[in-house]
Amino acid sequence: MVSELTVAERERAMGITGLLALCGMIMAIGGSNDPLGVHGFIVLLFAVAMLFVVASGYFAPEPPESRLQSYYDSPTKAGIVIAMVWAVFGMFIGDWVAWLLAYPELTFDAAWASFGRLRPVHTTGVIFAFGGNALIATSFHVMQRTSRARMPDQFSPWFVLMGYNLFCILAISGYFIGITQSKEYAEPEWYADVWLVIVWVTYFILYIRTLMRRKEPHIYVANWYYLAFILVVAILHIVNGLAVPVSFLSAKSYSLFSGVQDAMTQWWYGHNAVAFFLTAGFLGMLYYYLPKRAERPIYSYRMSIVGFWGITFFYMWAGSHHLHFTALPQWVQTLGMTFSLTLLVPSWIAAANALLTLNGAWDKVRDDATLRFMMIAAVFYGLSTFEGSFMAIRAVNSLSHYTDWTVGHVHAGALGWVAMIIFGAFYATVPSLWKRKRMYSPALVEVHFWLALAGTLVYVFAMWNSGIIQGLMWRTYTESGTLAYSFTDTLVAMHPYYIARAVGGLLFLLGAIVGCYNIWMTIRHDAEAPRATGQETPLPAAPAPSLQPAE
Amino acid sequence: MIFDHHTLVGFAKSVGLFYLIGLSLAALAYALWPSNRERFDRAAKAILEDSEDTPCL
Ligand code: HEM
Ligand code: HEM
Repeated sequence: MVSELTVAERERAMGITGLLALCGMIMAIGGSNDPLGVHGFIVLLFAVAMLFVVASGYFAPEPPESRLQSYYDSPTKAGIVIAMVWAVFGMFIGDWVAWLLAYPELTFDAAWASFGRLRPVHTTGVIFAFGGNALIATSFHVMQRTSRARMPDQFSPWFVLMGYNLFCILAISGYFIGITQSKEYAEPEWYADVWLVIVWVTYFILYIRTLMRRKEPHIYVANWYYLAFILVVAILHIVNGLAVPVSFLSAKSYSLFSGVQDAMTQWWYGHNAVAFFLTAGFLGMLYYYLPKRAERPIYSYRMSIVGFWGITFFYMWAGSHHLHFTALPQWVQTLGMTFSLTLLVPSWIAAANALLTLNGAWDKVRDDATLRFMMIAAVFYGLSTFEGSFMAIRAVNSLSHYTDWTVGHVHAGALGWVAMIIFGAFYATVPSLWKRKRMYSPALVEVHFWLALAGTLVYVFAMWNSGIIQGLMWRTYTESGTLAYSFTDTLVAMHPYYIARAVGGLLFLLGAIVGCYNIWMTIRHDAEAPRATGQETPLPAAPAPSLQPAE
Repeated sequence: MIFDHHTLVGFAKSVGLFYLIGLSLAALAYALWPSNRERFDRAAKAILEDSEDTPCL
């Protein structure tokens, strides 16, 4: 890894990790009476470990000039492996939380093991650590392929990947020790937020620099989606994260917003995190890996463009559907509801475009579990966006809000769409990245597919049932006008569904573990020895047709 | 406060409306513009042509 960096880049890496170590030290010493001190030690440890890695490779020979004629894939490979590790971690915690909801007594008598701390560990672990690493890894892969250009340098992709993972570690370790900004999906405190801004801006600049080197005149639509994801997440994160720390040596900060403005800012952020983190980036993935795997061009490129502008501009206004029946002005709620309904159009454009691309290749879908992962992802994308638009209607929301229906909707999107498209994209890329003919075991890909599908269906159906029962019980009145059911009655009614959900989640988790094993064996398996000595994609025997540089 | 509730509502209902209509028209026009067809077709096919191994010469 370090031998792939030029000497100048190695020095830059050492300088930056050194600086990071210094920051860690200041945080550790200055914040020794505060939870910040713990994070100081984590930053210091992380930086010293990185410094050690770079220093140990410092005297390796410079990478050959010939590297410039190949794509730079090592960060993608590392990102895929890291994402799979996070997947197992995040889903393990998710299933733990699921069992905890079914059997609340199954807890250790310790603050870190409480539901309130484990739950954000799950959400951050799966969305940001698993999903985020998958997005970063595949975006590096896609932007180079579609631009037919190598990344401009070797250092910045590593900075982005490692820096992002430091953010994930800070976030997750923070929840365990009680550090939180208490904004859903934006829990990390101010210093972690500041670090993420630095990493994210580097990511954005790296993407633009690669696109500027492109040999293709037109920027393929997958890049638009990835770029929207990077740009909008930066805006959301900065605005929602605006906060004043108690002191520079304290982990605690207070948001710049308060009251209903705070709620609106938070759900403008929260919903667009769904839109641009859990949707736009993964649509980029879909628009590259699905046509590629099916070996058919996207059904309608024009539809993908119309869909893109629809998604980027409608989503921005939909966030207030999370705040129906609150102190938020009625017209803002109506605005959010209306935009949520119109959102169905671009969402279904994308889902239909994906499925119509497969139309005519159903035999491939039948035989190839990798492509089937992507197809199911498109189906669940269509399903969860339909459901979302429906739930955004105020009358429907009065039933669904606060119930498990929302959790069912979330996981139809998260398991059925996000996780499925990631697994499909990974199975499609891993063999070619590591120069293997195919995955170590296609049968295990098949096993993973069925475990994932069964797990998703069990999970989602359990939550739909539980949620609707819960919602109906809450609004049932007796003749004398009092509530017919106590809160405990609803818990008893939900109990069987909670067990079912935990079992479904377990199936999904087992599938992810099978996937890890299969990917690991594909990497380790030397039956088909790598064709090149180096890490990078080698030149093929025949030179590719020459391309016109971008105008 | 300079922007009171009614100002914002008025703004959203007027400028907001036309801005979104304009935007939709612009996006549709770009996507459906006849001379863009060739470029889009080429883009859709180009990703299939390059093998994963194609160097970026
Ligand atoms: C093994 C698979 C999984 C299991 C067992 C699981 C379980 C859970 C549980 C028990 C909750 C808490 C629900 C509550 O508070 O009532 C939850 C929340 C959540 N999970 Fe998962 N989960 C899994 C996978 C995922 C994945 C892959 C993602 C995202 C990509 C995800 C995203 C979320 C989100 C966003 C929430 C918060 C929902 C809300 O606030 O409404 N989960 N999950
Ligand atoms: C057209 C698209 C969509 C619309 C209009 C929509 C709408 C909604 C609505 C109305 C809620 C419930 C709000 C509440 O009662 O509190 C919700 C919750 C949620 N949706 Fe969607 N949804 C869409 C697509 C998606 C997709 C594709 C995903 C995930 C991959 C997703 C993830 C979530 C999450 C994580 C929440 C829970 C937020 C929370 O309370 O913590 N949504 N969505």
